[in-house]
Amino acid sequence: MSATYTLRSKRRRAALRALAFMSPWLIGFGVFFAYPLISTVYFSFTHYNGIDPPTFTGFKNWSYVFNDYPLFWPALRNTLWLVLVMVTCRVAFGLGIGLLITKIKTGTGLFRTFFYLPYLAPPVAATMAFAFLLNPGTGPVNSILEKIGISGPGWFTDPSWSKPALTLLAVWGIGDLMVIFMAALLDVPREQYEAAELDGASSLQRFRFVTLPNISPIVMFAVVTGIIQTMQYYTQPLVAGKVASGVIGGSGQQFEPGFPDKSTLTLPQLVYTLGFQTFNYGASCVVALVLFVLAMAFTALLMRRRGGLIQAGE
Amino acid sequence: MAQQVIDTPRVTEQTDTPAARVARRKAALQWVAVHALGIAAALFFVLPFVFVVLTSLMSDQQTLTRDLIPSHWEWSNYRQVWNTPGFLGWWRNTLVYAGLGTVLTVVSSLPVAYALAKFRFRGRNLSMMLVISMMMLPPQVIIIPMYLFWAKQLDLSGTLWPLIIPMAFGDAFSIFLLRQFLLTIPNEYLDAAKVDGCSELRTLLKVIVPMAKPGIAAVALFQFFYAWNDYFGPQIYTSENPGAWTLSYGLDSFKGAHHTDWNLTMAMTVLVMAPVILVFFFAQKAFVEGVTLTGVKG
Repeated sequence: MSATYTLRSKRRRAALRALAFMSPWLIGFGVFFAYPLISTVYFSFTHYNGIDPPTFTGFKNWSYVFNDYPLFWPALRNTLWLVLVMVTCRVAFGLGIGLLITKIKTGTGLFRTFFYLPYLAPPVAATMAFAFLLNPGTGPVNSILEKIGISGPGWFTDPSWSKPALTLLAVWGIGDLMVIFMAALLDVPREQYEAAELDGASSLQRFRFVTLPNISPIVMFAVVTGIIQTMQYYTQPLVAGKVASGVIGGSGQQFEPGFPDKSTLTLPQLVYTLGFQTFNYGASCVVALVLFVLAMAFTALLMRRRGGLIQAGE
Repeated sequence: MAQQVIDTPRVTEQTDTPAARVARRKAALQWVAVHALGIAAALFFVLPFVFVVLTSLMSDQQTLTRDLIPSHWEWSNYRQVWNTPGFLGWWRNTLVYAGLGTVLTVVSSLPVAYALAKFRFRGRNLSMMLVISMMMLPPQVIIIPMYLFWAKQLDLSGTLWPLIIPMAFGDAFSIFLLRQFLLTIPNEYLDAAKVDGCSELRTLLKVIVPMAKPGIAAVALFQFFYAWNDYFGPQIYTSENPGAWTLSYGLDSFKGAHHTDWNLTMAMTVLVMAPVILVFFFAQKAFVEGVTLTGVKG
């Protein structure tokens, strides 16, 4: 009797202690996650412009966004394009650079620094730099292309080249993936390579049958986190579009998002445009929830009970 | 001398077989190929920086040509950018946002990460799952209610407080990263501290904090850079008040105001990038360690 009593009070004390240590985050979770998320769901069913009190309108915003808002489907298509091409390029290139750096024997530290630095460049600054490098008239890239007899594309000013240009910018910043892949590659047991070599495996076969199986969880991790990052892709397409369209003037200038011809529009930009430029908070919340569902679906993939890539428990 | 004579035949015997020669040649070729590829890749990563710096030193006339190298080095571009009205304020704001935000994040996230890594309690797994979900959530998902909360209810729009205050309540990514790090600290140290009669708080401060310094450094750096690089947050909360702009947001509007002046825009771009790169050279190890931790299984 008294044993169970002390056990219970011990457990309660442990729970209270955990609660105390967790309290900053518990408050944060409620105020900065749960409450706004519920509000977003609520606002998505109301007409709300931030001035008049919200009025309930059922699925009107949802039907507006899906059927009548001309920017939604282009933005979703662009986001899927970016997920497919940009994530693939980033992972492939990141793995390639990771492999390369493990093979380089001279000046490794210097090479690693070179490959890593662009990842740190502030997105606005990096985009500004690329908008300049790739500007069709006087940019260095097209100047150099011209010298070797190629007439370069319009990059950020051409709807069919703007997303490849963004992909180039994203590939430039793969320093984080390089580090992750490098760590994974160095963890592959040496004996497996030696065994494969004894069996007469070529270097390509060794990569296919030893390296890839060993690092596949990390590749998957890079793919899924890449997809989630692309769901949040905001600053680069916005700044690139702004610079390329030549918007002059300070913050007050209204910018037609997605320049050129909606080609750089992403879902996060729609949340901003609908909410903070047209003050249609209800419709903005609908797009926000679409984003939420997509991001959480991929997060679930990261955390599946078995075979998940991030484990919550031990 | 005599020894060399004796040694020589043995060495040549080992390395001069045809197979060994082929292997040696193959290794040398591979060395050359790998380094050539490395240099080509390095150029791709470094040349953008080089061209940006070169352009920042051109005259505005020359930026309209296809020249790659400045004919006359215009160092005054930097002075001109530095003297942009409000520029020093953007620096101050960025340092306040990044500095204060980093301190608050570390102080509030560490105890949470400690509890998630080392305490056993019901709901621990659930909490961890929620932390990861928060980490993966695009900030745009909840921005409308958050904006209304800060702007309409607390009347704090036009200031940096809506960006800084939430950092006092734990940051999901920092909690995740710190917890990954704390898992690598053996429990024996904590048990020993408990045997010595340390309270949990004392254990955290006297045992964990000194041992977790590399993890704390990584989180601090990431948070600092997050704030330094943040564009969306300042755009939402400070766009109406240029006095509260940060460098990342200010750079964007600077380009707007100096439409054709690529030299000045690139000089400003260099000034916004420079601190990040400078800090990296001093804290390379902590950074790389932090990135690695995000990629490993917890």
